Amino acid sequence: MQPIALDAMAATVPDGAMLALPPDNSLPSVALAMAIARRGVKNLRLVGVPVSGFASDILIGAGCVAEIQTSAVSLGEAGFAPRFTAALRAGSIVVRDATCPAMHTMLQATEKGVPFMPLRGLIGSDILANRPDWKVIQNPFGPEGDIIVLLPALSPDIGVFHGVMADSHGNVWLGRRRECATIAHASKRALVTVERVVEGNFLEDERLASGTINATYIDSIAIAERGARPAALLDEYGFDAAYVAEYARMAKTDAGFQEWAAREIFHPVAAAAE
Amino acid sequence: MDYNTEELLAVTLARLIRDPSAPPARHIAVGAASPVPAAACWLVAKSGAPVRLSLLHKRSGNPFTEGTRELFDLTGQGRIDLFFLGGGQIDGQANLNLVGTGEWPGKGVRFPGSFGSAFMYMMTHRTILFREEHSPRVLVDRVDNISALGISAPGVFRRGHAQALVTGRCVFQFHPDRGRFSLQSLHPGETVEDIRAATGFDFDVEGDIPFTPAPTAEELALLRGPICDEMLETYPEFCARVFNRKAAA
Repeated sequence: MQPIALDAMAATVPDGAMLALPPDNSLPSVALAMAIARRGVKNLRLVGVPVSGFASDILIGAGCVAEIQTSAVSLGEAGFAPRFTAALRAGSIVVRDATCPAMHTMLQATEKGVPFMPLRGLIGSDILANRPDWKVIQNPFGPEGDIIVLLPALSPDIGVFHGVMADSHGNVWLGRRRECATIAHASKRALVTVERVVEGNFLEDERLASGTINATYIDSIAIAERGARPAALLDEYGFDAAYVAEYARMAKTDAGFQEWAAREIFHPVAAAAE
Repeated sequence: MDYNTEELLAVTLARLIRDPSAPPARHIAVGAASPVPAAACWLVAKSGAPVRLSLLHKRSGNPFTEGTRELFDLTGQGRIDLFFLGGGQIDGQANLNLVGTGEWPGKGVRFPGSFGSAFMYMMTHRTILFREEHSPRVLVDRVDNISALGISAPGVFRRGHAQALVTGRCVFQFHPDRGRFSLQSLHPGETVEDIRAATGFDFDVEGDIPFTPAPTAEELALLRGPICDEMLETYPEFCARVFNRKAAA
């Protein structure tokens, strides 16, 4: 698999696509999120696996998002996600709240190719009360009155994340962050950015194989150095708290977000670097 | 001996973790943005208790190798004994609201979201509630929206409930049988009347309420030394503020 350019990858994301993203602590491709924002894609339906962070907030701020399904949207120590909060208040996005294990379970149903999976808990929560697509049934194997929630399989159009490296065959290594494997398995297409491409085949190396996602699940790879930034990438680089704190301050208002985005997303140098 | 609020809260949570009348805490999980509960767990572990800690946001040496779903799979099986939760609103029946105030999904003040609370609260053997802010806007009579239910209807599968609620001003014990909190101890300088005025829900007061015990010299030495060492990578801002220690660049 030959790597493609980041902007060519972003160009394959159509308006209205359902896009699954991991949060800041599990390898988001902020580089691709910014490239999608530059392209001006509209009406995306974001899926937080299982929650959403910086990449989702900038896509909302850039006006790319119609709907978000997630268990929380947060900038961690930098506080609430400002563009998400503003869009919810303005009614400009549809918010479908979930809870973390439900997000995983809906994707795992797709991994298995089954139409639904059950999950304990949730009964009595307003999360469930506001999800008409989640159903409560009598446990067919249990005692009378033992009710349980069924969750429909969720298959995002596109999964997006950032790995450490790809090999000559298009396999991607990202270590123990296996939620990205779930995203790749459950999505119709996976777009993966990496720090670098190396010779060889990770699946032939016993030490790398278990942290590898097989190329069969991956549609295209683009090289984006420091592509998770400001999020951390395993032991390669740390979380840039100062960058996120500045974003959180500026993005409190739409004007502040636009000023930040002009510098960080739409700056000619940033665009030319692709 | 001088100590700060976070140190008092950490030793108070540690005492609740070790409470012999509560189900055993063999495996504790600590979620995102929870430095005080994390410090309390380390205090229990470093005092020699045979406890396994799974810290979700640990970057190096993260306990989960199957992705973040592994925490929920473990909890679904009943392998997590104790978890910590908070809330933008907590009510007198221990219902938690992490979604927001006003009309669904938080048209008043939107909080980040429920995270795993709707599942964890019911599937963990016990939960300690922790929220430093103790005010009528947080501790309400009835939450606007329920992220996680305090007491389930009879017959609904549930492993455990809230054990206690620790705030910056006091400790409440929760009684799932009567669906109410009772005041267990007052942090230094607080009175029952102060707590009544600052609490939006009604609670029980039985007999004389003692003060929350202060940290011992041994506990403070552990917190400021080896526990700060463990927490520096995950919670650099907390360690700088509370223990006055900066991470190496």
